[in-house]
Amino acid sequence: MKLTGARILLECLLEQDVDTVFGYPGGTILNVYDALYDYRDRIRHIRTAHEQGAAHAADGYARSTGRVGVCFATSGPGATNLVTGIATAYMDSSPVVFITCNVGENLIGRDSFQEVDITGITMPITKCNYMVRHATDLADIVREAFAIARSGRPGPVLIDILKNATAEEADYYPLPLERHHTVGRLKSLIGRASHNMTAPEPDSEDIDTLVQLIAESERPLLICGGGVVRGRAHKELDVFARRIDAPVAITVMGAGGFNGRNPLTTGMIGMHGSQASNMAVDKCDLLIALGCRFSDRVALSPTTFASQAVIVQVDIDRSEINKNVQTSHHIVGDVKRVLELLNVRVAQKDNKPWKDYVFSFPTETEYSLAGDSLTPKQISDVVARTAPWDTIVATDVGQHQMWVTQHFHYDYPGQLLTSGGFGTMGFGLGAAIGAKVSHPDKTVLHITGDGSFRMNCNELATVAYYDLPIVTILFDNRTLGMVRQWQTLIYDGRYCETDIAVEPDFVKLAEAYGLGGRRVNNAADFEDALKEALSCGHGYVIDCVIDVDEKVRPMVNGGDHITQFLIN
Amino acid sequence: MRKNRYTLAVLVDNESGVLSQVSRLFSRKDYNIESLAVGTTDSPSVSRITIEVMAEDDARADLLCNQLRKLFPVHSVKLLSPDRSIRRELVLIKVRAENSEDRNEIIQIANIFRANVIDVTPGSLTVAVIGQEEKTDAICELLKQHGILELVRTGVVALERGAYTIDEDTKEKGEFNYGKNVR
Repeated sequence: MKLTGARILLECLLEQDVDTVFGYPGGTILNVYDALYDYRDRIRHIRTAHEQGAAHAADGYARSTGRVGVCFATSGPGATNLVTGIATAYMDSSPVVFITCNVGENLIGRDSFQEVDITGITMPITKCNYMVRHATDLADIVREAFAIARSGRPGPVLIDILKNATAEEADYYPLPLERHHTVGRLKSLIGRASHNMTAPEPDSEDIDTLVQLIAESERPLLICGGGVVRGRAHKELDVFARRIDAPVAITVMGAGGFNGRNPLTTGMIGMHGSQASNMAVDKCDLLIALGCRFSDRVALSPTTFASQAVIVQVDIDRSEINKNVQTSHHIVGDVKRVLELLNVRVAQKDNKPWKDYVFSFPTETEYSLAGDSLTPKQISDVVARTAPWDTIVATDVGQHQMWVTQHFHYDYPGQLLTSGGFGTMGFGLGAAIGAKVSHPDKTVLHITGDGSFRMNCNELATVAYYDLPIVTILFDNRTLGMVRQWQTLIYDGRYCETDIAVEPDFVKLAEAYGLGGRRVNNAADFEDALKEALSCGHGYVIDCVIDVDEKVRPMVNGGDHITQFLIN
Repeated sequence: MRKNRYTLAVLVDNESGVLSQVSRLFSRKDYNIESLAVGTTDSPSVSRITIEVMAEDDARADLLCNQLRKLFPVHSVKLLSPDRSIRRELVLIKVRAENSEDRNEIIQIANIFRANVIDVTPGSLTVAVIGQEEKTDAICELLKQHGILELVRTGVVALERGAYTIDEDTKEKGEFNYGKNVR
């Protein structure tokens, strides 16, 4: 049948079972929004306050559901406002399809109004991107884009559609999702690039070698990385860890990949890792990194990392092998499949002396609960006992991010939404919107700091408009806490441009958007406020006033040896 | 740190934007491209790019290959080892030649290097030479005394010796077994 490009696009979204799109309309994408008017019963559109918020929301949707998120934006500034969101998704391997429209074919390349080369700009931060000139190409490209976004190591894909392609008509033949790989571009891509489209079946010799290494090891350690979360391999990892009786250190991106309450977990690893995790890395004789790329925040000093260990890397992306840390053995494949194969092969082990050693160090930082003011630990404790166990937590970036990653116990993948790789301040509120829209029955908390919150607090407008009961818990120390902490510890207390002397009244800000808000100074008031916020059924901001000198502990300086703690 | 020269052969979709995607990968990973040559292959939809880069060691060069393989327009990548491949470059050199003595000497040099004189004017000679950089550098050095007016290189193109082709085994494990030194 003949349809306009705009309708073909929306039909293709329905082929992919897309129920929600986050976005912001504008001049060049008007044809798509006009068509969306007729699809509004099947595709829900969430209009954010800013395109960046839409990008983070689509990302939060993807992370919390494991499905592909979709985001619309117009040309020029609409498209460039997505860039931070696209880079955030790329660094954390989150599957999002971004759809922008560009000026028409007769205007392109002429520096027309709101024209920008967005495919050029986003080339290094997408798995792949496309410019669509004609409606005839559209269906084929959208199908390929979704397949690429979700396949192998997931990631963002951008489709830039010229305005004329959304207006002109072309033949559209519906095709069910399971048959997409049998036609057109996707068929030929799978034919020649199957290594990028499907996870390779793990090599059986490689598995044998690892089984042998496990049998020989006396001090094994597992690292649960983001790949376990993206691959939803938490159940297999749980069986594997118990079977080989190995402690499990969890990266920020790995939170939720291994149950935080499991007695085998040593807590977080790396720059703000627990003493148990970091000491275990240094002393283990076998390190199995699952879906972990040894970023500089985990490995810190790549040459001295796990220097006594045979390092084994399991990753779906072969270009990650040996990129940051030289390994002794590796398996390329989906971590879930690798663990399934291992679980039927490895024998039950008992490593009690090694576990006794590792767990003689604390797996969590002991923060003092004393003092006059509210402490981050008190906030975490209250949240942990007040909010439901399956609460989804979206964070921004900074001290609060580390505190909630350290102190909350995440039970399932997609429970913690945080910008681990790119470290995007302002990510949290958008991500919380994406999570709440896709999980209306779950409690969604947005945990932030005053610095991060000021970056994208405009999305409170979205929270209010769609009446999303998202509770913002604001760690308000009136400073850029993490940067200030570095200034304290490394820059001799020269607090250049970190202290924010005059903060807005965040309670009044919430009220201005029609939301509830309350400022609290002690744990009892906070608990009271949180209960009120959770039961009110609308958006709510709790401004928690904490001390300016609160620190994230422990801390190892970047590049230093992993056990060389600056502070404990 | 001492770096070695590596030659990479890359087959890609013959589409706009692909060359910039490939070349940007090198700048993004902090490698400078020493030489680059692009052209279509026997299949019009596929282009072949030959890239030379300076890299620390074989492992880093392998990592670059794996990064390239991740790009969707890339069909196959092969690291060509110098002793098992043929590398050639075409250089055009315009030399000052204002009298017959100069012209004769330049023509003699060209003959020794099996270079061709492809253009003559009363004031200049243009010489075309094909070879590896040892040869082209040597002729350039000799022609310098006459005064090189202009010089252009095509960039190195390379093929593996023998019957092997870039398509064989490219996605196979054989190319990816570095680092497995457990035993």
